[in-house]
Amino acid sequence: MSGKEIEVVQNIYDENDKIALETKASLEELGIFVVNVMGAPGAGKTSSIINIIRNLPEEKIYVIEGDIESDLDTVKLKDLGINTIQINTGGACHLDAPTIKNALQNLEFSQPGILFIENIGNLVCPAEFQIGEHIKMLICSAAEGSDKPYKYPLAFEKADVILLTKCDLKEYVDFNDDFFLKGIRGLNKSVPVFEVNAKTGQGFSAVAEWLKHKSH
Amino acid sequence: MHEYPITEQIVKIASDKAKENNARKVTRIALVVGEYSGFIGESIQMYFDIISKGTICEGAFLEIEKIKAKWYCPACDIYYLRQPFSFACPQCGKDGEPTSIGKEFYVKNIEVET
Repeated sequence: MSGKEIEVVQNIYDENDKIALETKASLEELGIFVVNVMGAPGAGKTSSIINIIRNLPEEKIYVIEGDIESDLDTVKLKDLGINTIQINTGGACHLDAPTIKNALQNLEFSQPGILFIENIGNLVCPAEFQIGEHIKMLICSAAEGSDKPYKYPLAFEKADVILLTKCDLKEYVDFNDDFFLKGIRGLNKSVPVFEVNAKTGQGFSAVAEWLKHKSH
Repeated sequence: MHEYPITEQIVKIASDKAKENNARKVTRIALVVGEYSGFIGESIQMYFDIISKGTICEGAFLEIEKIKAKWYCPACDIYYLRQPFSFACPQCGKDGEPTSIGKEFYVKNIEVET
């Protein structure tokens, strides 16, 4: 009996990342641009998706809704005539690449367009798992407080675009713009930050314009 | 919860490597876990004991090396640990940049019996 050390050095995310890249490549062939929408519960992910879609009337839109339970958001989107499917993770705190790969079998892509994948409401783990996206969109509401970049740095570091939602609440929650933006810039020098308000639709045309440019 | 599928992956990586080397048993698995990898060593250990049962990895010792996240200041050319609610360089006070130090999450090596 002899103990022998064997060098491995293998990334534990490799398997997930491999599947994510395959998914991305196969969707690219169909002309689908994938947006991974991340944010805390109640940040306004679904409302933001709906408002962006309203500002992209000429784009074909697909949505995958990830939730631990329920299909409330899917019903909301389907009522608006948007091609949506629901994933219930039954407790898992994030979506991963195999879950999306399976879900895609239930979604038919009739023409090129944009696929929004709404991740589980959580500011931690969704940032760690690629799911086949072209960009990560981070939704952060003013009500969550301006210290979030400092407390959840990875989500802000990895974001390709950030939406500050419920910006009409800033004055009521003592939101500190400078502190928030300084935190973001310490993590991510170039990420665009849009202030939006889903109640009035304020700011979403600029987000839609940015996304259109990015996806073409 | 989220450590479960990831621990399955660790057992798979170690088992595959051990079998490739005609080993009978894995006695130790060395993991490198960055502070920002989002994984908690104790939680991996708990799932490992359950998932490894009946595999070549059963009873193996999980050795977890934790890495603190570091920022880089291009002006001073130094790496540093950040203070709470700040990303400022301790020398010049300007905000540095995040680095890959602290995001590690890999199986470094395994010890096996042949």
